[in-house]
Amino acid sequence: MTARTSQANHYDLRGSLRRIGAMILRYWYLIRSSWPRILELIYWPFVQMLMWGFLQTHLAQTSSYYAQAAGLFLGGVLLWDILVRTQLGFSLSFLEEMWSRNLGHLLMSPLRANELIAALMSVSMLRLAIGFLPVAFFAYAFFDFNIFSLGPAFIAFFANLVFTSWGLALATTGVVLRYGLGAEGFAWFIVFILLPLCCVYYPVSILPEWLQYVSLSLPPTYVFEGLRGILLEGVVKTDLLVKAVLLNAVVFSIGYYVFRRLLRSARVHGSLMQMGE
Amino acid sequence: MQQRKANSPNIVDAPVMINDLCKTFGDVNAVDGISFSMAPGSITALLGGNGAGKTTTIAMILGLIVPSSGLVHVFGADMSKDRHSVLHRINFESPYVDMPMRLTVRQNLEVFGRLYGLEDVRSRVDELADEFRLGDLLDRPVGKLSSGQKTRVSLSKALLNHPELLLLDEPTASLDPDTADWVRERLEAYCAACEPAVLLASHNMLEVERLADRVILLDRGRIVADNAPKALMDDFGKTDLESVFLEIVRRHDGTNI
Repeated sequence: MTARTSQANHYDLRGSLRRIGAMILRYWYLIRSSWPRILELIYWPFVQMLMWGFLQTHLAQTSSYYAQAAGLFLGGVLLWDILVRTQLGFSLSFLEEMWSRNLGHLLMSPLRANELIAALMSVSMLRLAIGFLPVAFFAYAFFDFNIFSLGPAFIAFFANLVFTSWGLALATTGVVLRYGLGAEGFAWFIVFILLPLCCVYYPVSILPEWLQYVSLSLPPTYVFEGLRGILLEGVVKTDLLVKAVLLNAVVFSIGYYVFRRLLRSARVHGSLMQMGE
Repeated sequence: MQQRKANSPNIVDAPVMINDLCKTFGDVNAVDGISFSMAPGSITALLGGNGAGKTTTIAMILGLIVPSSGLVHVFGADMSKDRHSVLHRINFESPYVDMPMRLTVRQNLEVFGRLYGLEDVRSRVDELADEFRLGDLLDRPVGKLSSGQKTRVSLSKALLNHPELLLLDEPTASLDPDTADWVRERLEAYCAACEPAVLLASHNMLEVERLADRVILLDRGRIVADNAPKALMDDFGKTDLESVFLEIVRRHDGTNI
């Protein structure tokens, strides 16, 4: 008896893309099955944008520093949101498999680990688009701040933040794979340590000297410094972007390595068959 | 049921070939040096009490657990290193592994059909919907189905790719007798039509007598009996497999209730 499957599919790029597509379809079905999920994707970015937008308006009326840097907070919060939403989009999509106890089915199917990663990355972009684009539009409508007016620098900022998020998400997903849902808290809170350390709303020089070294070892720090460079000085600091790219190569590689090691460890310890707490 | 195929195929033909397989979790030997092979078209029941090593063995055959030592080959592929070359020829069903609850039956089958590389997913889903009486359920979320309906969906998923090796972990657990009987009928029909090798872990001895042509009994990770059901009953002078099971397990436990 011959299974009516395409043998070639399991070895070539087309087969790999089909499996990635199948997983993206699976997550798309999940997102569209629930309007509260779609609302949730927009809700928090929208609340943050309103809060920082009004705070910035107030400060601009009382401080010359903020008056000359329109968009400092709004730019910060929108870029920060890219970092958070991408990481959560990746990690929560993976957690859906744990919550629905479906991971076993996936890992015994022809789906490869790298294909699952590619699908999770793609879905994180989809979820980000659903949340980010309306909020970016509202920032322009309500506060006259257009994040896309940063031009090519925005693309560079975006790419850097996304790679940092994926690196973090890969590592936290690996931890959940190995240690089960008891470790899912990592997926929720790990990114928030970057909020004070990456200096989203203030310059690195504000930090104590020893903490500046920590901050400067994190790729997003250079993105937010770069944003301030554009808004305050009107200069695109390419040296900062180069540093961010180099650090991101390290962060993403570590994240990928941790994921693969912990997946292997989960296979050794049998934790893939016991996906509870 | 008569034994349909010989039990000593060569490594490439053998759906499953296991050599001196061990798995240790800390101080516990979950699987302790078992060896067996399965022939194409054979139905082998893997029996044993709770914690005997059945699920761990199935997980190692699927490549979900890495053995501590020993080898698992499926259609000639070493499952520790090369499982992706054969996973499209295998499938699995268990009531203990769910499918995404919020997706409809159709969406679930479509996603898995694509994962298994089916050329015409929609036709296959329609075929299975007819075969498993899923027509009215196709557009309902899996989470809103009864246990029996979920089992039908899960079994449909397991047969999506016409597996040549089908692994079943207690496929009729917690089903009412009528639904369980219906599931067994469907399995028999699939086996008659497609002749897959089937490895069936079950606690239901009537089910095993009805479906299996070979029984492997595990106790504390070791094989303590391996024969055709009828031969085992004759050997132990029993008229049913449940009595054989109880005698073997209690003998190895040292209990005599």
